[in-house]
Amino acid sequence: MNRPIAPSPSRRKFIKDSTVLISGLVIGFYLPMKSGRAFAESMQSKTVYPPNAFIRIGSDESVTIILNKSEMGQGVYTSLPMLIAEELEADWSKISVESAPVAAVYNHTGFGMQLTGGSSSIPSSWEQLRKVGACARILLIRAGATTWNVPEDECFAEASFVIHRQTNRKLSYGSLAAAASKLALPENVTLKDPKDFKLIGKATKRLDTPLKINGSAQFGLDVYLPGMLTVLVARSPSFGGKLMRFDATEAKKIAGVEGVYPFENKIAVAASGFWPAKTARDLLEIEWDETAGSELTTSKMRADYLALAKTEGNIAVSIGDASGKINQSFKTVTAEYELPYLAHAAMEPLNVVVDLRKDACTIWTGTQSQTMDRAMAAKIADLKPEQVEIHTTFLGGGFGRRANPRSDFVMEAVQVAKLIGKPVKVVWTREDDTRGGYYRPMWADHIEAGIDAEGRPLTWKHTIVGQSIVADTPFEAFLTKNGIDSTSVEGAIAMPYSIPNLEVSLHSPKNAVTVQWWRSVGHSHTAFVVETMMDELAYLAGKDPIEYRLSLLSPDSRYRGVLQLVAEKANWNQNKLPQGHAIGVAVHQSFESYVAQVAEISLENGKVRVHRIVSAVDCGIAINPDGIHQQIEGAIVYGLSAALHGEITLEKGKVVQSNFNDYPPLRFSEMPSIEVHIVQSNQPPTGIGEPGTPPVAPAIANAVFALTGKRLRRMPFDQEAFG
Amino acid sequence: MISFSVNGKPVKVDADPGTPLLWIIRDTLHMTGTKYGCGIAQCGACTVHLDGNAIRSCVTPVSMVSGKNVNTIEGLSETSIGKTVQNAWKDIDVPQCGYCQSGQIMAATALLSKNPHPTDAQIASAMDGILCRCGTYNRIRSAIQKASEKLGDTK
Ligand code: FES
Ligand code: FES
Repeated sequence: MNRPIAPSPSRRKFIKDSTVLISGLVIGFYLPMKSGRAFAESMQSKTVYPPNAFIRIGSDESVTIILNKSEMGQGVYTSLPMLIAEELEADWSKISVESAPVAAVYNHTGFGMQLTGGSSSIPSSWEQLRKVGACARILLIRAGATTWNVPEDECFAEASFVIHRQTNRKLSYGSLAAAASKLALPENVTLKDPKDFKLIGKATKRLDTPLKINGSAQFGLDVYLPGMLTVLVARSPSFGGKLMRFDATEAKKIAGVEGVYPFENKIAVAASGFWPAKTARDLLEIEWDETAGSELTTSKMRADYLALAKTEGNIAVSIGDASGKINQSFKTVTAEYELPYLAHAAMEPLNVVVDLRKDACTIWTGTQSQTMDRAMAAKIADLKPEQVEIHTTFLGGGFGRRANPRSDFVMEAVQVAKLIGKPVKVVWTREDDTRGGYYRPMWADHIEAGIDAEGRPLTWKHTIVGQSIVADTPFEAFLTKNGIDSTSVEGAIAMPYSIPNLEVSLHSPKNAVTVQWWRSVGHSHTAFVVETMMDELAYLAGKDPIEYRLSLLSPDSRYRGVLQLVAEKANWNQNKLPQGHAIGVAVHQSFESYVAQVAEISLENGKVRVHRIVSAVDCGIAINPDGIHQQIEGAIVYGLSAALHGEITLEKGKVVQSNFNDYPPLRFSEMPSIEVHIVQSNQPPTGIGEPGTPPVAPAIANAVFALTGKRLRRMPFDQEAFG
Repeated sequence: MISFSVNGKPVKVDADPGTPLLWIIRDTLHMTGTKYGCGIAQCGACTVHLDGNAIRSCVTPVSMVSGKNVNTIEGLSETSIGKTVQNAWKDIDVPQCGYCQSGQIMAATALLSKNPHPTDAQIASAMDGILCRCGTYNRIRSAIQKASEKLGDTK
């Protein structure tokens, strides 16, 4: 049984540089070619014909979709093929999926690099992949018409066949692919009218499920190369810590240990497997200089942030005279909010496999950010980016962590590979993953708001304090304007409600804690603050929270649709709740999608217990309704973990939490029932991976107020004890 | 040398007896369906069956399985109950990222083998130790109920 496992290399061909631009559509041609170093050549036996960089049709009728987005659970390995198959008229049962190599043709249409994030996979591929499918269909029909010597418009495509209408003759895609691949690309493609969709809009089973129920789906951690060593890295336990000295005598005595290598303020321990590497790393005696981080203690930072929140920051938006109108308000409310650092805590801890040779580098990892990771790997390895190959495996969760603007985990793994000179798998333990940097920032907010005599908001003055996640990264130039990191204020500045005097200002303090996007980014913070404050204003005005919001939305606002749908489905108006239960509502737009949620809660043993969350979502045309349900369900659970339990704290520069015992995600027994309702829409599809998370915490907090009269303004809610 | 069986096949490994079974399964036997999530019996990603019981292989020293039968996700489809559970998982389309799902399925199969018709509370208590960061819990419950229906009145 001791067989070496060859990772199933997902491709054995390179992309020729032949990308061509036709009517705004970029298509690259694949040429089947042997890669320099293939582990198995089995796939070579099957001739493949490439209509373009995203589709390969085999003589065996297989249709392989090559995808430039990473599958981290969000379902893109199903929803993106649906876009292609719809226009290609491919037999869905013949579709399989492969991850794309890194190449310009696979760049995100909006970001100009290969990146999976921002809930943008569907919206950015919506036109592109349907055109890709349509182009290939046109060529296949052309090839069929040429074979029969009939006019093209007498032919049509269906279920992977080209059919001649008059004679009912049929040719399969597999038999036409070779001829089709020699034809020039069409100048123009016309896409289907949505009413003719056969696949889009149908609840479709995930293509990756069969691999994920028998252990065969390959994640980064599952890649084993011949001669590979497993490496664990000792990193500074505190932010800014310096490696002073270490003693590896005991560590080196462990059987299986191959070496201990200090590098860049870290120490790599290489061994035959995870266990000896971990045992040895635990035995290292290391002295760190931790003075740099000694000021970083959560209680102190909180006090500093709250003090700062009382002073005006950089103005992000200013309408009317927010400060001046406070005194003219009929009633006012002032509130402070505190939100902690959060770890992503994907189930698969970070890991990277690197095979570095003199003139090439091959990397296997679950990354969301191939282009930047490749550039970083090339820089570290002194190679050209083209000499670095990245195999994107399945990701055991991403939530933003695997799109690191500094390519931290890939960079480190290539450094290690360079040091050791053998193929390596760098594995992060759960503790490393929890403590290893990159968190959703900690936030403090201050809001002063006032209503007029009719109860309408008159003024709203909001100050936000928190680190910029893009500062000093390549994204800073795009996402920061006039000193305002747009991700710090998103969800707080473009208010859907009519508020005549509005000011939002921002402080972006700097410190050594590394921060990053986390599922729903700025919205994970702003929705809580804005939607709980809206609830306060509704109560201040003596109005029903949903009625109040509706009265402040413009007549054509898409917020209305989700609020009305959720009110209906949650039975908001005539809710007969069990004794001791209460409901609360929140609505938020993020990634161009609108989500409203009603949460039903009670108190159990002095803690908040969530029983039910009803969710309404408007994400434009629903590509795969069941996929949307999955994403909203998952995003709600992610939001629940943060709302109830999630908190990363610091003590003198060290992260206090370490593993799931002290950073607990929601467990099975804590699950509420979840209902998801989709607003019918003919708008272009918008994001779905993230928008379900932001409304969770405010909906719960508002329900707690309805039950207890107590406002929850600090997350997580576990900190509150109810008598 | 420590001898035991994995999915019915005998194996012999030469390892430090304190090495957790998880790392023998993964790093020595190169069976990668069983996952590492926490290493401290907190997440259940490493769940396998030891003589039919669901155990956390990350905290089970390999010496403890000497002479016993270990079953992993790779061998699950060879049992009719395992196949039933996998089919229910497919029908409900449970997995998202999929990383936790081997552990979920192994825990669910162990539960249903002993108790083909568990109550909601019994399901919750059997599954509470298996984390899913993607939040598939409600689908897991539906899949277990579906598998339970398919199993009929065996007890
Ligand atoms: S890895 Fe064993 S319980 Fe988490
Ligand atoms: S499916 Fe991703 S952790 Fe469960």
